[in-house]
Amino acid sequence: MNIEDLEKEKNEGIGSLPLQERREFLKMGLALTGVFLGGSILSMTSISHASNQKNADMDIPSEGQYPYPKHYGMIMRQNRCVGCELCVEACKQSNHVPNDHGAWRTAIQEKITRENSTEKREFRPVLCNQCNRPPCVRVCPTKATYKDPETGIVVMDYKKCIGCKTCMAACPYNARYFNEEKYAIDKCNFCIDTRLAEGKKETACAAACPARVRIFGDLKDKSTEIYRLLHTPDSKIWVLRPDTGALPNVFYMNA
Amino acid sequence: MSNISLSAIFAETAEPCLATPEMNRATIFFLIVTVVGLSCGVLAFIFGHHTIYNNTREMPWGMLISTYAFWAITSTGLCMYAAMSHVFGGTRMGMISNRMVWMSIICIMGAFATIGVEIASPHRMLLYNIISPNPLSNIWWMGTLYGLAVGCMIIEFAGIVTGLGKLALVMGVFGALAEVLANSCLGGVFATLPARPYWYGAQLPIYFLTSAFLSGAAAAVLFNYLAYRIRNEKMSTTVHLAVKSAGKAMTLVLILYSVATFWRLVSFYVGGPELGRTAADALITGPLALNFWVLEVGIGLIIPIVLIILSRLENMSMLAFAGFLILVGQFVARYDLVVAGQNVPQNLGWDNLPTHFSYVPSFFEFGVIAGSIGVVAFGFLMGERVFGKTFTQKEHH
Repeated sequence: MNIEDLEKEKNEGIGSLPLQERREFLKMGLALTGVFLGGSILSMTSISHASNQKNADMDIPSEGQYPYPKHYGMIMRQNRCVGCELCVEACKQSNHVPNDHGAWRTAIQEKITRENSTEKREFRPVLCNQCNRPPCVRVCPTKATYKDPETGIVVMDYKKCIGCKTCMAACPYNARYFNEEKYAIDKCNFCIDTRLAEGKKETACAAACPARVRIFGDLKDKSTEIYRLLHTPDSKIWVLRPDTGALPNVFYMNA
Repeated sequence: MSNISLSAIFAETAEPCLATPEMNRATIFFLIVTVVGLSCGVLAFIFGHHTIYNNTREMPWGMLISTYAFWAITSTGLCMYAAMSHVFGGTRMGMISNRMVWMSIICIMGAFATIGVEIASPHRMLLYNIISPNPLSNIWWMGTLYGLAVGCMIIEFAGIVTGLGKLALVMGVFGALAEVLANSCLGGVFATLPARPYWYGAQLPIYFLTSAFLSGAAAAVLFNYLAYRIRNEKMSTTVHLAVKSAGKAMTLVLILYSVATFWRLVSFYVGGPELGRTAADALITGPLALNFWVLEVGIGLIIPIVLIILSRLENMSMLAFAGFLILVGQFVARYDLVVAGQNVPQNLGWDNLPTHFSYVPSFFEFGVIAGSIGVVAFGFLMGERVFGKTFTQKEHH
């Protein structure tokens, strides 16, 4: 029966509908509403375990997401850090970091919280996050800073740096400084031109850390400790300022 | 007309009535201000930029960047109004458009003078901007486009004074296009930094363009008023109507800009990143509150609106004073924008850091600002003296 024929039919009204049929229609309506309403409520419920797991998955690149032949990264076992700053000193010496004008390549941040008259001190090591989507590289007008095609490390070509400081403004991690000796912007480069160039396997800061807070290595190499730590099931791993979309290669965990 | 000598051109364009001892004194005074002021910036190349400017690792940009943005934005506005009246013709502002082109060039010179001593190694820029360009960089596009714009405008202006109307028109259009794109990229420099939530977002480039239309109109009103003031002459009816048109544009954009400022700040208080809200706090209740409420809002927005209403767009001195206050407000607004974007520590909560870093520009930074004002004032007076006739006669096309 097509619609034109149906239109010619006389309207029966709802008075002649059997009670059973009305009930079934209402039930179907309730069920449909329930499915949508239930779905909405579920989607608003916070499932912390699931979301943590999800975040961890998002922070750590999975197989096939490493664009560089060697993809260097670092994981910080944050709760092990005691703030001795041997890493900072080793970095300064290895990389000839000047002492003035806020120059540092790595630092230890400290947070003191008080709860019921107990003081809690936390330390957090920071350095350049060697991001996969580095804001500093994008903003540089002269390509003075770029991703090393072999290692993914963000490096500087000092002679091209005009000193506009846009990379400093763009960095979410305050990882860049003005190097008065080079008269250019400088930054941590995972010791690529010092220790890695000499064939050493660790950065100066990682090698100097007595608590083995900093684990440096190739994220692609399944035999490395960083790979094992990053892929330990159920461990909570986070990155700093994930909201900026910079996709950092420095990860944090408590272990 | 193109084969006549330079002296003949200047004889036609110069304004002999301005060859007075007072004008000479004023011109020399601003030349001295320029030289002394910019010398403060030149010292940076001797003693180090990091030594004489109060910028830090955490706040790498300061008053020099905001002043650069202020002059560049004003230049874009002036160029846009001039181009619109040149291209579409028949608008009342056409009468004053030659002066606007000149002042647009002068304002961008003020901007270049400021950024030239702010950048640590401008000599590297001259080379590597060309041989190692990064097309993804807003800074690269901004610099290149402003360079292109000033080139086009200089040719345009040469066309105006030599009577090559077609050349002036074509170059004027290209210059204005380059200026608008450069202004947009200047907004983009800040707007595309997710690390700085106070800057990050799609509104900022449009906000910068709105500022350009506001500062441009205010500068057009002010400089035209001053041009007749120094001549001790009354504006002709057509010039009066032209300045009145600029005044109307200034009023309209003042309202648009106020609305944009209101929603821009409201947006930080309804959600979004904490860093953005804390930065907005700097303006509303924090260390920049005096700047914001008194200079940006009071002197830069509310008093000008009152003055414009009182002037009924007829009282030129009142209108010009409103234009001046708008420019003061815009100058402070650029400063507040640049500072608020950086003065909240990115690692707030660690290292016992203050909620807002303090930044007070150094003596040398103030010196450079004075120098840039000197550039614009000197350029204005020289323009009136050397090309005054070109500015007061009707358009060439």
